[in-house]
Amino acid sequence: MKVSILQFPGTNCEYDTQHAFESLGAKTEIVWHKSESIPEDTNLLVVAGGFSYGDYLRSGAIAKFSPVMKAVVEYANNGGKILGICNGFQVLTEAGLLPGALKRNEHLHFISKHHNLKVINNDNVFLEKLSKDNIVNIPIAHHDGNYYIDQNSLKDLYANNQILLTYCDKDGNTLNPNGSVDAIAGVCNKEKNIFGLMPHPERAMELLLGSDDGIKMLQGFLSA
Amino acid sequence: MKAIVNVFLKAGVLDSQGKAVSHALSSLHFKNVKDVRVGKQIILELDETDDVKAREDVTKMCEEILANTVIEDYQIELIK
Repeated sequence: MKVSILQFPGTNCEYDTQHAFESLGAKTEIVWHKSESIPEDTNLLVVAGGFSYGDYLRSGAIAKFSPVMKAVVEYANNGGKILGICNGFQVLTEAGLLPGALKRNEHLHFISKHHNLKVINNDNVFLEKLSKDNIVNIPIAHHDGNYYIDQNSLKDLYANNQILLTYCDKDGNTLNPNGSVDAIAGVCNKEKNIFGLMPHPERAMELLLGSDDGIKMLQGFLSA
Repeated sequence: MKAIVNVFLKAGVLDSQGKAVSHALSSLHFKNVKDVRVGKQIILELDETDDVKAREDVTKMCEEILANTVIEDYQIELIK
């Protein structure tokens, strides 16, 4: 199992992501954004979190023109699996690989804390180790995590089981930290090979650090 | 020629920064402010003399990068 992790100028979660996947037994490789291809033996491509290009213009907007992104789109179109975490989610929406967009948080604060999430759909490789309505505790750390999608496209998300996770309290009741439409924390594409979420599963790998709920999420990719 | 591009959140997409500024103005006793929209302005210096061509090019720039048309609208003004 080989996980390739994209690195743009300003990416800062690539080593956490590498550590998380290696602790689960995967081989990893960090791919610099100037690369015009991604490693051939890649089973999963991760667009890691951070602040690519300093979030200039809009979060993720400049990264979509990096040389590596052509290869990423090609990889996606061939059915390759991609996971975008935080800034990686923003990059994937800006690149048009995932629906919707991420706006400034409703109350304009940068939010950094553990948050509960509810599993909405698990008929996909990412969340197949979890059950519907499971609650996981995963850190969030973002300024632009306010998921927006227009009402018509939102209907499509529901119809195709594309909503992965929503923000909730410990009992599973909706608790929306950032103003996201329907408290959405993560979505996938219709074909279910491209996944994006604002929370950081790679930071929830050890109980000592608050939660190891990220293990079950990332493990889904490794058994495929 | 110069192109001035104004990018704003679409009507119907909540503008949290506009709301915050509106509240601030109200607490500063500017009571006649009904609504505030916060956007950004991008000023481009173009090596182009043809208005039509310039507008066409800048429109492409807006669609491809300057605005995210999922959430934003843009207006283009050309100045000779």
